[in-house]
Parts: sequence; C-alpha cells; structure tokens
Amino acid sequence: MSGTKKSPWIIHYDGSSCNGCDIEVLAALTPLYDAERFGVINTGNPKHADIFVVTGAINEQNKNVVKQIYDQMLEPKIVVACGACACGGGVYRECYNVSGGVDQVIPVDAYVSGCAIKPESLFDAIVAGVEILEQKRQALKKSNKAKPNISTKDKA
Amino acid sequence: MDIMLILCIAFAIVFVLLAPFVGAIISGIDRKVTAKMQGRVGPKILQPIYDVLKLLGKESATVNPAQDFFVLLYLIFVVIAGIIFFSGLDFLLCVLIITLASLFLIIAAYSSRSPFAELGAQREILQVMCYEPMILIMAVGLFMANGAFNIYDLFNAQLPIIVYLPLIFIGFIFVLTIKVRKSPFDISMSHHAHQELVRGVTTEISGRSLAYIEISHWYETVLFLGWVAMFFIFCNPLVSAILCVASVIVVYFLEILIDNNFARVKWQSMLKYSWIVALLFGGVNILVLMVL
Repeated sequence: MSGTKKSPWIIHYDGSSCNGCDIEVLAALTPLYDAERFGVINTGNPKHADIFVVTGAINEQNKNVVKQIYDQMLEPKIVVACGACACGGGVYRECYNVSGGVDQVIPVDAYVSGCAIKPESLFDAIVAGVEILEQKRQALKKSNKAKPNISTKDKA
Repeated sequence: MDIMLILCIAFAIVFVLLAPFVGAIISGIDRKVTAKMQGRVGPKILQPIYDVLKLLGKESATVNPAQDFFVLLYLIFVVIAGIIFFSGLDFLLCVLIITLASLFLIIAAYSSRSPFAELGAQREILQVMCYEPMILIMAVGLFMANGAFNIYDLFNAQLPIIVYLPLIFIGFIFVLTIKVRKSPFDISMSHHAHQELVRGVTTEISGRSLAYIEISHWYETVLFLGWVAMFFIFCNPLVSAILCVASVIVVYFLEILIDNNFARVKWQSMLKYSWIVALLFGGVNILVLMVL
C-alpha cells in the first residue's frame, strides 16, 4: 500500500500575473472548498511537496526561481500549470519580458484552463495529477531496483 | 520479582508495537476535530498514516549523512523513553531521555546549515528551556507524593497523585502545549497549514527522515498522554483505568481547543509565561507538600 495518491502536498508559486489565479488557489485551501479532505497540505517547502502549483506567466526574472523550486522537490513530483498565463502566457504573451508558459522552463503534467481558474478545476487537476504521481512512483521503484549501484559505476 | 520483570517486558513490547498506531489515530482524530472546529470536512482519520507511507516512498535525498543519523537517534531515544515509562520504571530517567531525544532533533536541524532550519533549531532550544523546569518540578512532585520515581509504585498508592499535585498538574498541562507543538507555542515547527519559517526544524529534512520524525511524534504523543494518565493511577485498577482514559480524552480535547483558539506568541512571551507558571504552580505545590 502506498499513500502517494492520498497525500498530495502542494507548493504554490506565483509568477508574473494579475494575481487572480493566485487568489483562487488560496481560495481552494479555505474552509469553503477544503482541499485538506483530499489530503492536500500547502507546505511552503519544496523539499516536502509533491505537486508544484504554478500560477502566472514565466518571465526572465522568475525563470531561475521556478527551476530551482522544481529541482529541490523530490521524485515523484508533478507540475500543475494554473490558468491561461501559466499555460501559455495568456494576455501577457507578447510582452517584451515574458517567455511564455511554465512549460518553457520545466515539464508540466497538468494544465488548468480559465482566467482566472476556478477552485473546482484546480481540484480536478490535482485528482488527475495524483494518478500521474502514482505512475511516476511505480516507475521510480522499478528503476531503483534495476539500478545496481550508481556511485561505484560513476567512479569506474 | 520475576513476574514484575515479565510484566515490564510485556508492557515495553506492547508500547513499541502499538504506540505508533494509537499515535497516528490520535493525530488523525486531532486533524478531523480541528477541521470540524473550522467548519470544514477535513481529512480521513487515517490521513497521517497515508502521509507517512507516501514519505517513505519518496526519492532519498539528504543534505548530509549526519542529519539522517541524528533523526534516527531522535526516533530511537523517543522509543527508549517510552519503553522506560510504560514498563513502569524511573520517571526521571524517562524525562531526561526525552530531553536528550529533542537535543538530537536540534543537532539534526543545525547540521544542515540552512538559515530556516537553524532558526527553527534555536527556537526548539528555547522550547526545551521553557518546558524543562516544569517537567523537572513534576518529577520532584512525583517523588514527594509517591516516595519513589518508579511508576509501578503508583499502583500500590491509596490515592492518585493528582490529590497531592493538583497545581503541578495544571502547570504540566500548560507546558504540554509546547511539548505537543500546538498553538500558541508552536514556534519551532508546526503541523497542518499554519506555517512559519518555512517548516522550522524540519525544513531540510525530507522523504524517509521526515517520515521518521512523524513516527517519533506519534510515539511522543502517546508518551505525553501517558504522563497525563500517570496522575490518576492508584490501587483500584478499574476506577483508575476509567479516570486515566477520561483525563487523557479531556486533556487532548483541551489541547485541540487551545490550538484552534490562539495565535502563535513570540518566544519572549512563551518563556515568560511558562517560567511564571512553573515557579508559581510548581513551586507552591512543592512548598505545600514540604510543609504537610
């Protein structure tokens, strides 16, 4: 038995946007929508999180920040791009400093449409996301068994 | 004497095997009741177990090997303290070993050299400083009321020690909030969504090691609730069992209520209040016991 599907902890990062999706993500965590009934905890620490929820477009300033947060998260992990800006730049797409959606920097597993997103559609993405998370966990388990010992291999 | 030894070992084994499950269920009920108090549905009762199973399945990545070692020591010493208490041995030794366990957690946090973890570790030291006087006064009170530090002597007592130590009990409930990491004293690391300093002591601890910390927390919860129950043990097994269970339920519900109704305080206030409570309630109780 594994708890991967039942305990998705999220970390939330807001890129450049109008903050509309940002507020909707926070709304999803409030008592009205109660994300904790799916086991969701907002961790604020990439090392504890399983799902990286990104809102807003990616620009030259926050490119590295997003990449660093992603790199600090442990496998298995997934990325959810929330809202039109995070999916492809949205209304800011043609701006001189905007590079586009989140998938320009890190691999994205689920896209949430809307401007701004609805908390319900974020839940849909997380519920779909935990399935991918479980697949990744099983793949990780297999590759761990298949690998003999990396450190000795590297030395040779 | 041989029967005593067998009983001690039996209780120790029961504690080691059952305490994590009991602790996890208590933690699950805690989260459910907290959710109800906030008008939410809340997670499932077994949610803490799902969390730990997930953490055990994560990729292993550590800041340094020393940190994992100290986290493991933290778990081991919490279990040893629990074994000493639940097999009815020396209470003072149990108190000192649980303090040693929290020192290992502090060293684990310091070993990462991360600013958030270091701040968390400094706050954890302050917490130890806050609750330790009261806990030691409690051990002294136990000795004066019971005539010995051994827990199994309580089963021969005519009256439960709560009769002799009512004020110390109140003081202990006060510092218990620090020990179980509840608001308003959850300054070094907190559960649920209310976070500060990223995640305090556990900021740099992830995956398997974080799971060990959760498991030690389950053991700790059971141990501290055992300390609460200790006040109600006397020679009548049935009545003392009812009193113990009732007191544990009431005290833990009180902790959840306090957790949900108070905002986190600054460390200065925590230090001030916990020492005032320790000196006033603990000191007066000890003085009265000395005079009587």
